[in-house]
Amino acid sequence: MELVSDEQLSDFVWRGVRGTGAGAASFVLGVLNFPLFVLWLAALIVGLIPGLGQVVLPLMTRLVRARADLERRRSTKRGIPIATPYAPRPAKSYPVGWRRFRWILQDVATWRDFAWLIPGAIAGVVLGAVSMALPIYGFEGIFLIPLWVWLGTGWYGYGAIWPIESVGDGFLSLPQGAVILALALLTAPWLRSAEAWFARLFLAPTRAAELRLRVAQLTETRADTVDAQAAELRRIERDLHDGAQARLSSLGMTIGLAEELMERDPAAARKLLAEARDASHTALIELRHLVRGIHPPVLAERGLDGAVRALALSLPVPTVVDGGVLGRLETPVESACYFVVAEALANIVKHSGATSAWISIRHEADLLVLMVGDDGRGGADPSRGTGLHGMGRRLAAFDGTMSLSSPPGGPTVVTMELPCALSSPKTSPSSGTA
Amino acid sequence: MRVVIAEDLALLRDGLTRILEAFEFTVVAAVDNGPALLPALVEHRPDVAIVDVRLPPTFTDEGLQAAIAARTEVPGMPILILSQHVEPLYARELLTDRTGGIGYLLKDRVSNVAQFVDAVRRVAGGGTALDPEVVSQLLARREPLAVLTAREREVLGQMAEGRSNAAIAGKLFVTEKAVSKHINNIFTKLGMAQSDDDNRRVLAVLTYLNG
Repeated sequence: MELVSDEQLSDFVWRGVRGTGAGAASFVLGVLNFPLFVLWLAALIVGLIPGLGQVVLPLMTRLVRARADLERRRSTKRGIPIATPYAPRPAKSYPVGWRRFRWILQDVATWRDFAWLIPGAIAGVVLGAVSMALPIYGFEGIFLIPLWVWLGTGWYGYGAIWPIESVGDGFLSLPQGAVILALALLTAPWLRSAEAWFARLFLAPTRAAELRLRVAQLTETRADTVDAQAAELRRIERDLHDGAQARLSSLGMTIGLAEELMERDPAAARKLLAEARDASHTALIELRHLVRGIHPPVLAERGLDGAVRALALSLPVPTVVDGGVLGRLETPVESACYFVVAEALANIVKHSGATSAWISIRHEADLLVLMVGDDGRGGADPSRGTGLHGMGRRLAAFDGTMSLSSPPGGPTVVTMELPCALSSPKTSPSSGTA
Repeated sequence: MRVVIAEDLALLRDGLTRILEAFEFTVVAAVDNGPALLPALVEHRPDVAIVDVRLPPTFTDEGLQAAIAARTEVPGMPILILSQHVEPLYARELLTDRTGGIGYLLKDRVSNVAQFVDAVRRVAGGGTALDPEVVSQLLARREPLAVLTAREREVLGQMAEGRSNAAIAGKLFVTEKAVSKHINNIFTKLGMAQSDDDNRRVLAVLTYLNG
């Protein structure tokens, strides 16, 4: 029986190799920190000279921030996320000048970046050097280089054997080297993570900065939500005004006329009443469409699950619904999710050319994950068209996110994630068979 | 014929009662909420029940749930569901037991009194009455229907709504013989087993469309 599968082994080696590569990159980037430190310090001193400082400091800061942002991205990629901490850029400011100068100096993140440059450099260089040196030393042993050196010079050693005294000792470098190489592969990812944790101490936003960023984000999503809501209300008002309302007034007139004619011309009155009935029917159809657009009745009756299933049933493309929510979500969340899924499905019908589609609903640990996929031609571009943008905005109001994967040739998968709790556990048993 | 009505809006409840009584139905109970419905249905065992999907106290789908529960307790109890909107999903749930005696109509259909009363009678007699809007949604999503001619699709739609051959013939202004010829063609083309009984045939069609 094998202790580890081939897959596990190759995974281990890959992680080790990638970790070593990242370590080498850390080493180089760490070295770059030293000149950056000197340059920024110089820029700060030059900053005392009016005029010149307002040009030099912003430019140098831009460089330092690019370096710090790179480190943030590298850490985030390793699973240790570091958010960008900088205060929003002041409105109406030029790339260089007073406003920028003040903005930079007042932002605590600037000083924390600066404080990180040297410790970060040391961490990068030291840990990077270790993760490069270990495998090199391991390979030295595996290739029996110590033996050759000993044969040539008569004085050398490797690992625990120092100095080498016989050819047998020399050959022992092979197993030792293998162990050291394995150790190197094992530690390389850990060393990178350690460096990322260290960087986070300096480069992550402070609590105050986090709150400020949150406020900025909330302000933006709130403005979006208010705009969207106002537009929605305007649309409803227009639809009611031009549709049902107009029809009901004409209905009233028709009935009034029929009333007048009742005695004199019963046949005509009867005809008018039939007309009135038709008109009331049309008005109801319009109202039904309108209601469906505001809050689909099936959503109120069955929650997200049932509504999505009903939606899937109504599509011309065969669509499978998988998973579900145990209970009801908060109404606004339910509604947002429904319309986003509906939009995604509408896109499939309109653009994808798909012959089948699927929807997956997962709700675990207060995170709702909705996925909508198809087997169509792919190549959906989120920057084109307002549909996808609107979907993202709808979800952003609930701190939800949306991502799109649509390579040319398909398949297309839209993934939506929303943090949300249930508003109530399931009360009535579902008889759903769809 | 004895009827139980479940409708929470007093205006509509009274309207329904008035219409039904004008056509010699007896309304034995008229309830206005979900929890009271199931006991009323089981106690009165009406010839037909007319039920609104959405009822107090939760205003979700308790009418529908109670109707389905009642049919589990009293198999085949004829029930006509009324709603402000129709969902093929609900139609599918209602039709799963395949015993007939099911109606599912938009509330606006009540305004055409003669047709509505006809639908109630059909459901009471073990037939089906499905709203044209549900039927058109069902027909829209079935690809194989492309093999049918326009006339055959029309006949299929009428059948899915629950109409008998005679009624279809009357509605499409053709002879009953022509209708049964169309129906034969439809069943052959879609590969379904034939049946002489109107109700059974309709159920077969609905099962096919829901599949």
